[in-house]
Amino acid sequence: MKTILKAALGGAFLFVLAQFAPAQDKPSDPQIAHIAYTAGVIDIEAAKLAISKSKNTEVVEFAQSMVKDHEAVNVQALDLVKKLNVTPEDNPTSQALTKAAEEKRAELGKLEGAAFDKAYIDNEVAYHKQVNDALQTLLIPSAENAELKSLLETGLKLFQGHQQHAEHVAASLK
Amino acid sequence: MTTRALNRRVFLAAGAVVLASGGRSRAHNGTIHVSIENLAFVPANIEAAVGDRIEWTNRDPFDHTATVKGGWDIVIPAGQVATRIVQAGDTVEYYCRFHPNMTGTIKVR
Ligand SMILES: [Cu+2]
Repeated sequence: MKTILKAALGGAFLFVLAQFAPAQDKPSDPQIAHIAYTAGVIDIEAAKLAISKSKNTEVVEFAQSMVKDHEAVNVQALDLVKKLNVTPEDNPTSQALTKAAEEKRAELGKLEGAAFDKAYIDNEVAYHKQVNDALQTLLIPSAENAELKSLLETGLKLFQGHQQHAEHVAASLK
Repeated sequence: MTTRALNRRVFLAAGAVVLASGGRSRAHNGTIHVSIENLAFVPANIEAAVGDRIEWTNRDPFDHTATVKGGWDIVIPAGQVATRIVQAGDTVEYYCRFHPNMTGTIKVR
């Protein structure tokens, strides 16, 4: 399992998700909900930075759609946890993701113009890819509740769409 | 037909939503209905005659588009409906600009 995760994941996700690798340590539904919600919040914050910094219409439009989509899916997630009476549980994975994202935002914050646009979009491609891999290999298979699993599956399709959208924007920046 | 597709049809019927049947699409009074749900065009492949109206109903909480590369681009905001009157050159593949993994085709008869 560890090897599969290593092959599939890079960066922060590798280290933090490897903790869950043994089957008995798989994340619980409250932890999964927290991780998925956190992953959305991270992308919203990166997008807000891009909206404030970028002068490139395509990059700004991409960032605007990230804010709208991730906010919409997080509203669904909050509605679901409320309905299921589940309290999202903070956990080392969420914390590590947040920490890695803060570092990335600080790094992006120092860049301007075309250099910023490229770094932001490249990171969006990589980030969505990592989240998709985590959803496919760990979060969806671990989810016990059928409705949570179904929401994660919708999330996966959304994130896969975002990854392709980001790849299109990245190609147009070259 | 998959169980999932069947369930979807049952669900839609229960919600008293009248839609074109899942696999094929039929123009009723010249209107072809395409539903957008769970990041997919349903049905994905439609046939139409010139002058028919294609009506996309977006049931997702996300904005989508029906976009033809190098051609037309229709934004379908979350929860809303958008239409196009079919033209002679509309045998096309289309996709969503925001989620390019969403694709569909139109074949003009
Ligand atoms: Cu879309």
